[in-house]
Amino acid sequence: MDNVLLARMLFGSTLIFHIIFATLGVGLTLMILIAEIMRVIRKDNDYGILAKRWTKAVAILLGVAIPSGTIVAVMLALLWPGFIEVVGQVIALPFTLEIFAFFIEALFLSIYVYAASRLSSLMRIISVFFVALGATASAVLITNVQSWMNTPTGFNVVNGEITDVRPWEAVLNPAFGYTAVHVASSAYMATAFVVASVAAYQLLKPNLKESEKTYHKKGLMIALVFGAITSLWTATNGHTSAVGLHQNVPVKLAAAEGLFVTQPNAPLAIFGTPDPEANRVVGGIEIPGMLSYLATGSRDGVVIGLNEFPRDEWPPLFVHTLFNIMVGIGTLLIGLSFGALAYRIVFKKREYPNWLLIPLIGSGPLAMLGIETGWIFACIGRQPWTIYGIQRTAEAATKSANLGTFFVIFISLYIFLLVITALVMRYYFRRNPLINEFDS
Amino acid sequence: MEAYVAIIIIWLFLFLYALGGAIDFGAGFWSMFYFGRKDTTAASIANLYLTPSWKVTNVFLVLFVVALVGFFPHAAFALGSIMIVPVSFVLILLIIRSAFMVYSYSVQKYTKLFTYISGITGLLIPVLMLSILPIIIGGFVEVVGDRHYILYDRLLASPTLYAHIGFGLSAELFLSSLFLSDYAREAKSMETYKVYRRNAIILGPIMLSMAVAATMTLIPEAIWMVDNMVRQWHLFALSLVVFSIGYSALWWPSRKGRVGQPRVAVLSMVVQIGLASFAYGWSHMPYIVYPKLTIYDAFTNIKMYYSLLWGYAIGMAILVPLFYWFWRLFLKDKRYLTDKKVDDVR
Repeated sequence: MDNVLLARMLFGSTLIFHIIFATLGVGLTLMILIAEIMRVIRKDNDYGILAKRWTKAVAILLGVAIPSGTIVAVMLALLWPGFIEVVGQVIALPFTLEIFAFFIEALFLSIYVYAASRLSSLMRIISVFFVALGATASAVLITNVQSWMNTPTGFNVVNGEITDVRPWEAVLNPAFGYTAVHVASSAYMATAFVVASVAAYQLLKPNLKESEKTYHKKGLMIALVFGAITSLWTATNGHTSAVGLHQNVPVKLAAAEGLFVTQPNAPLAIFGTPDPEANRVVGGIEIPGMLSYLATGSRDGVVIGLNEFPRDEWPPLFVHTLFNIMVGIGTLLIGLSFGALAYRIVFKKREYPNWLLIPLIGSGPLAMLGIETGWIFACIGRQPWTIYGIQRTAEAATKSANLGTFFVIFISLYIFLLVITALVMRYYFRRNPLINEFDS
Repeated sequence: MEAYVAIIIIWLFLFLYALGGAIDFGAGFWSMFYFGRKDTTAASIANLYLTPSWKVTNVFLVLFVVALVGFFPHAAFALGSIMIVPVSFVLILLIIRSAFMVYSYSVQKYTKLFTYISGITGLLIPVLMLSILPIIIGGFVEVVGDRHYILYDRLLASPTLYAHIGFGLSAELFLSSLFLSDYAREAKSMETYKVYRRNAIILGPIMLSMAVAATMTLIPEAIWMVDNMVRQWHLFALSLVVFSIGYSALWWPSRKGRVGQPRVAVLSMVVQIGLASFAYGWSHMPYIVYPKLTIYDAFTNIKMYYSLLWGYAIGMAILVPLFYWFWRLFLKDKRYLTDKKVDDVR
């Protein structure tokens, strides 16, 4: 098989694996902070138990998150030397700063977990605040490089040589703001729904003691409120991201929406298959003028289509489907969380009925699928470029052999670790049931 | 000049990770070696150190990699093609090791099995990392066009590979024993102190002779490197003196009637490894990969260099107080070191 494709498969599968753990690491640490604060405000130890059990989950996840993050960092250098060559000259700063965010996260997490009994309530909150800050900051800083790959700035290319480097201009590239906010908010959102899934699953169990029920309802409530806020936030900054694509990387937006012909009053195509022969999306639902309205704020706004670009600069057209799945899941989850909250608060119901809990169980896996499709869209939608307009993926890839073997080894390892992590989680929380926590 | 400042920073990060990693992976091995032993707390002392610190140690590895490609981006193509095989194996071992170490704390039923998996994989990581050293010194890499190939048949048949492996193993076990003996002293566990002190006494001379063997076996493979090392003889001699001081400190009397001053021994060995690794690195200059790739070829531009320097300076200024606090909490605080309930928190 072609070396570039193998390098992409190896790196892609590593990212798909790592992003699950990274997303939960970013989201859960913030939710632990919220629970710790709630515990102090409400003077209710249930929130302390929530924080404690989520922390244990984080500790288990980090066993994989940290080394898989290390794999990503090292493989980036091994598999994409051409890319790293440019990164080292132009955008090495965020990677450097991100290390310090990692350090802050790792140091404070150990302090929060293993020195908890020696710290005051306030110091605990401060520690976990820095854990959450470190986690989010490292995500934002990594995303900084990702956004720069879409809108590379801060250097000139003269005769193939990189000159006149302006490191801070590269950091503050046009896509940074909206991309970073979208990544962080969607990570919070996905985690909230994963937590909601677990709580909903627990609440469906028969024969729950009243104390357990109250506990899970508190967990579900935090998750739903947090999920509702972050999903709405993700939708708005997702919209900003799409407008950013329209302005900065129009070919990516065109591929996402399956738009071939540059036009005012461009339609928004939902699902269906982009057909380059027919110059439109076939078999989808079309809302006339909607894409123009979303991208430019007016139905008369002109949106650039794929036909403006040479064919060899088109991303694969299936990114349209990935994009639709991501947006669809986001929309569904806004509805689900607000619906559940409305049922509880507006209609003043005290219990969650089964018809509400069952879909809530599905919300976590769906949210994770949304994260995955979003990231895959972000990376495949940039193809054939590694650095948009500057470096093609094929030029960035390593020339070494053996990648096929390693792809097989690593993918087996990832599947094995996913299974075993799930088993370890299940084992631990069964052996240490909630009911024991109330006594202590 | 700037390239030399940058490579010294890289050396500093590598030195920190080499020490931290050796102690970390070594402690994992000892935690396995003394697993289930009722007569000693050597395993739990090792775990007491490992549990809060392994994440931090791991970040030093990322710090080294990121700093290397940040300061020397043009080394990526050569290093990428040479390193892909050994480093991929390191990564595979690393993820298995970390995951199973964490899982061993969570799944009591399989603690023994998981401790063995993480102990053995961890033991092998420094070994594999050390095997990279002879590869980049030369003699084992063939350059065809823009591709670098490792000559595995020659490498695997070469005594220097095995001497380097032996050095990696013995250094890992020696440094971790020595460190844990001091940690046990801090935890007021005299009996564990004796166990690790004995290990250190046995392993110290082995490490030293392996280091000599690794250098001697380099003569037929990379005489340029050995020539350079001879020119740095005063640094190596000094490191030998410091080694002798540190090693003898294991017998120095203490005011409390204990035999040995492990803190002096640990600090001496840090200085010793620092001196020896600096002299080794200096002899390696100006090559990153001999004979084609020098630090000048690989160096980034001057603007990026200065912004990276600022980045590291500011980051370190924030981190140093934090490291100090961390050290106080987990390596000094008697409440942590003697808390029997620590096992439950994990």
